[in-house]
Amino acid sequence: MSEAPVSTEQAVILRLESVSKVYSGTVAVKHADFEVRSSAVNVLVGENGAGKSTLVKIIAGVEQPTAGRILLDGAPVAFAGARDAMAHGIGMVFQELNLFGNLTVAENIFVNREIMRRGRIDHAEQERQTQALMERLQTGVDPRAMVDDLMIGQQQLVEIAKAVARNARILIMDEPTSALSAPEVDILFRVIADLKAKGVAIVYISHRLEEMMRIGDYITVLRDGRITGARRMAEVDLHWIVRQMIGSDAKDYSSQSDHGFGQEALRAEDICLPQITGGYAVDHVSLSVRAGEIVGLYGLMGAGRSEFLECVMGRHPLASGRIFIEGRPVREKDVGGRIARGLALIPEDRQRDGLVPILSVAENLTMASLNKLAKVFHIPARREAEEVQREVRDLSIKVADTALPVSSLSGGNQQKVVIGKALMTAPKVLLMDEPSRGIDIGAKGDVFRIMRNLAAQGIGILFVTSDLDEVLALSDRIAVMSHGRLTALIDRAEANEAKIVAASSIGHGPGVQRNEASA
Amino acid sequence: MSVCVETRAASSVRTSLTLNLLRLRTFIALFAVVIYFSFAAPNFLTAANIVLMSKHVAQNAFLAIGMTFVIITGGIDLSVGSIVGLCAMVAGGLILHGVDLHNGYTLFFSIPEIVVIILVLGVLVGLINGLLITRLNVAPFIATLGSLYIARGAALLVSDGATFPNLEGNPAFGTTGYAFLGAGAIFYLPVSIWLLIIVALAANYLARWTPLGRHIFAVGGNERAAALSGIRVNRVKLFVYMFSGFCAAIVGLIISSELLAAHPATGATFELNAIAAAVLGGTSMSGGRGTIGGTIIGAFVIGILSDGLVMMGVSSFWQMVIKGVVIIAAVVVDQAQRRLQQRVALQQMAQLA
Repeated sequence: MSEAPVSTEQAVILRLESVSKVYSGTVAVKHADFEVRSSAVNVLVGENGAGKSTLVKIIAGVEQPTAGRILLDGAPVAFAGARDAMAHGIGMVFQELNLFGNLTVAENIFVNREIMRRGRIDHAEQERQTQALMERLQTGVDPRAMVDDLMIGQQQLVEIAKAVARNARILIMDEPTSALSAPEVDILFRVIADLKAKGVAIVYISHRLEEMMRIGDYITVLRDGRITGARRMAEVDLHWIVRQMIGSDAKDYSSQSDHGFGQEALRAEDICLPQITGGYAVDHVSLSVRAGEIVGLYGLMGAGRSEFLECVMGRHPLASGRIFIEGRPVREKDVGGRIARGLALIPEDRQRDGLVPILSVAENLTMASLNKLAKVFHIPARREAEEVQREVRDLSIKVADTALPVSSLSGGNQQKVVIGKALMTAPKVLLMDEPSRGIDIGAKGDVFRIMRNLAAQGIGILFVTSDLDEVLALSDRIAVMSHGRLTALIDRAEANEAKIVAASSIGHGPGVQRNEASA
Repeated sequence: MSVCVETRAASSVRTSLTLNLLRLRTFIALFAVVIYFSFAAPNFLTAANIVLMSKHVAQNAFLAIGMTFVIITGGIDLSVGSIVGLCAMVAGGLILHGVDLHNGYTLFFSIPEIVVIILVLGVLVGLINGLLITRLNVAPFIATLGSLYIARGAALLVSDGATFPNLEGNPAFGTTGYAFLGAGAIFYLPVSIWLLIIVALAANYLARWTPLGRHIFAVGGNERAAALSGIRVNRVKLFVYMFSGFCAAIVGLIISSELLAAHPATGATFELNAIAAAVLGGTSMSGGRGTIGGTIIGAFVIGILSDGLVMMGVSSFWQMVIKGVVIIAAVVVDQAQRRLQQRVALQQMAQLA
C-alpha cells in the first residue's frame, strides 16, 4: 500500500472484494468484503455454518472463490492452491489437525520443504531449528518425539509452530485454542503478540468471545455467509458482537406447539467419561428428558456434549453412571442393546458415523431395524419397500429412486436419511448431535419441523448444538455444558443469550480456576 | 439450443450404453472366453469336457463364495488353501486309520459322520481366524497368513508329510462310499456341482434377503456407522471367517474324495485363485461391494481360461502371465466403470437441479 498509515490504523495487506463461494446447492459466502491488516489480530466471528471457515480457506488458497477478487498488497491475485498461497506468504493453522502422527515433530514441521544436504535430509539441522522454534513457543516439546505420543494441546502447538516456521506474513488460525489448556492459551497469546510485533497479520477465528476481546484488534462478524459488521475491537462490546452474530430478526425455525410433556423418558445420572490426558471429558453429568420434550444441549467445541451423548448411547466402554429409560434402569452395555431399549443417536459426523455411502438410500434407512423387519431370518421385500417409502414420505426426503447410493443425495437429504434410520427403530428418546450441521437453510427448517413433530408424537429429544438461535428457538429446556460439566439448566421462559453464553464459558476465562467455576 | 440438447441426449445414451456394457463385463468376458476356446481348442464343447471343467471350477467357486463375504466386510482370508489341505488330510486319516483310543481300540466313523467332523473342523479354523481378528485385533491379512502356515503345518503333521492313498474305506468299519462326493452323479450332474448350486443359492439368499447379509455389507461399507446402528460388528466378522472355513472344508472333502487320496500339499495357492475370482466378479477389495453371482462368473472365467489354455497346449508359464493380465484388466475396467457411474450420477443430479 502506497499511503503510509498516518493514523494508528494498520496497513491493509490483503483485501477480499465482494467474494462469494457457492457449493453445489448452497451459498457459503455471499459478497464478502474483508480486510486483513498487518501487525494486527483480525478476528473473524460467527456461528457454526456462518461461513468463517470457507472465507479463510479462500484466503489460504484451499478453496477458490466463485466470484469476487482478492487483492494482496493492492494487486489482484488468484491462488491455484494452498501451496501457491503459501508461496505468497499466507499460512494457516487448520481447525482439524493436519499432522502426521507417525512422524517426529521436526519431520512434521519441515514436511514437504525438508532441509537437504548432499542429497539427504539433514535431520540434525531440522531438529536444531525445531528446537529453537519450540523454545520460542516456550513448549517443552522434544523435536524427536512422535506426534502421536503428544497430548492434543501439544499437537496443536506443533501445528502452530509449523505455520510460524514458514515465516508467513499472514497467519490464519481457525479456532486454535479449542484444545488448549489455560497455560497453553497464554503461551499462544504471547506468540501471537510476538508475531504481531514483527508485522505479521493474524486472522483469528474463535467462538470464545472473551478470548477475542482480549487479543483482537479488529473484528469482523459473519452471519449466514454475509458480513454483518466490521469494526475496531476497541469500539465494540460483547452486546454488539452477539447482536451482529444473531441478527435482530430471529430466524423463525418452527412454530412452538403447546403439547404437554409426558413421563420422564430418559434419565442419565452421574455420567463420567475419563480422558486419556487426565480429568474427565464428561464430568458427573446428570440430565433427564421427558416424553415429548426437546432439551437443547449447548456448549462450545470440546465441552463434552458429543461425548455425553455417546456415553448414553453405550459407545464408550469406560463410561460410568446410570441410565434409566421410562424409569427402568438400562443394563445393556452395547449400542445394539440400547437401541432395542428405545434410544437412538443421530451422530454429528454423518459421513463418518451415520451413513454407509456406497449402499443405497433404502439399505441405509433400514440398516438399524433389519432384525425388527425380518420374519425369522427373511426380509420381506414388499414390507421393506413400504417402510422405506413411508419414511421417505414422512421426512420428505428428495430422492428419485431409493436404490441410488445415499452418497448421491445432498447434505440435507442425507441427514434426513440418518434421522429416518433412527426413527425406524421406533425410539422413545432421540439423541441428536448437531442435527443441522452442514445442511442448507431449507433443509434445516425441515429438520427442525421434523423434531417438533416427533416431540408432539411423544418422543423425548435431546439435541446438541453450537448455535444460540437454534437452542433458543427449539428447546423446551436448555442445558449448557462447559469443560465436561453441566453448568446450567434453564427453562425456556427464563433463557436468554447472555445467560447461555455466560454458562458456556465458565472455566474458559483467563485465570479462572476450575473449582471456582463449579462453585 | 435444440441441437445442443440432442447431442447431450445422444451422449447420455452413449454413456448409459457404455455403462451397461461395463456392468456386464464379466459376463462378456465369460462369453468371449467360451467362444474363443470352442473354435481354438478341439473337444472344448464336448459334454465330457464341460462336466470336467465345471468340476474344476466348482473347487475354486466354493472358496471364492466364502472369500467374497470376507472381502465385503473389508477383510481377507489367506488361510483357505491350507484349510483345504488340512481337511483333506484329516478326512483321509479318519477313513484309513480312524482314531486310536490308546486302549487297544480304534474308533472308526461312518462317512456322513466324517463329513460333519470335517465341516466342523473348517468352521473351527475360521472361528480362530475370526477371534484373532475381532478379539485380539490382529489385521486380517496377518491373522490368516499365520493360520495359513499353521494349518498347512498341521496337514503335514497328520501323516508326517506322507500321502493317504486308497481312501476306498473298509466295509468292516462302514467307511466305504467316500468316492460319492467327488465322483458320484445325480441326474447326470456331478455331486460337487449340485453342492455348488446349493451353497451358491444359499449364499446369494443370505446376501440379499437376510439381516445378516445386509449387516455384512454395512460393516464393509462403514464399520463405525454400522456399529452405531447397533450392528454387532464382531459377530458379523466371526461369521464370515467361519463361513469361509466351512467352504474350504467342503473343497477339502471334494478333492480328497475325487482322488480317493489325500496329499498334504492339497489346496496350496488356492486362496489366490479364490481372491482372483471374487475380484474378477466385481467384489471391491475396500469392502462393501460384491455379489455371489459375479463371483461365480469370475470363478468360471478363471477356470475356463486355464483349462482352455491347457487344451490349446499353451505353456503353463504363459498361462500364469495371461491370468495375471486378466485380473489386472478386470480391476482397471472396474475403476473405469465406477468413474463413469459417478459422472452419470452427477449429471443426473445436475439435470434434476
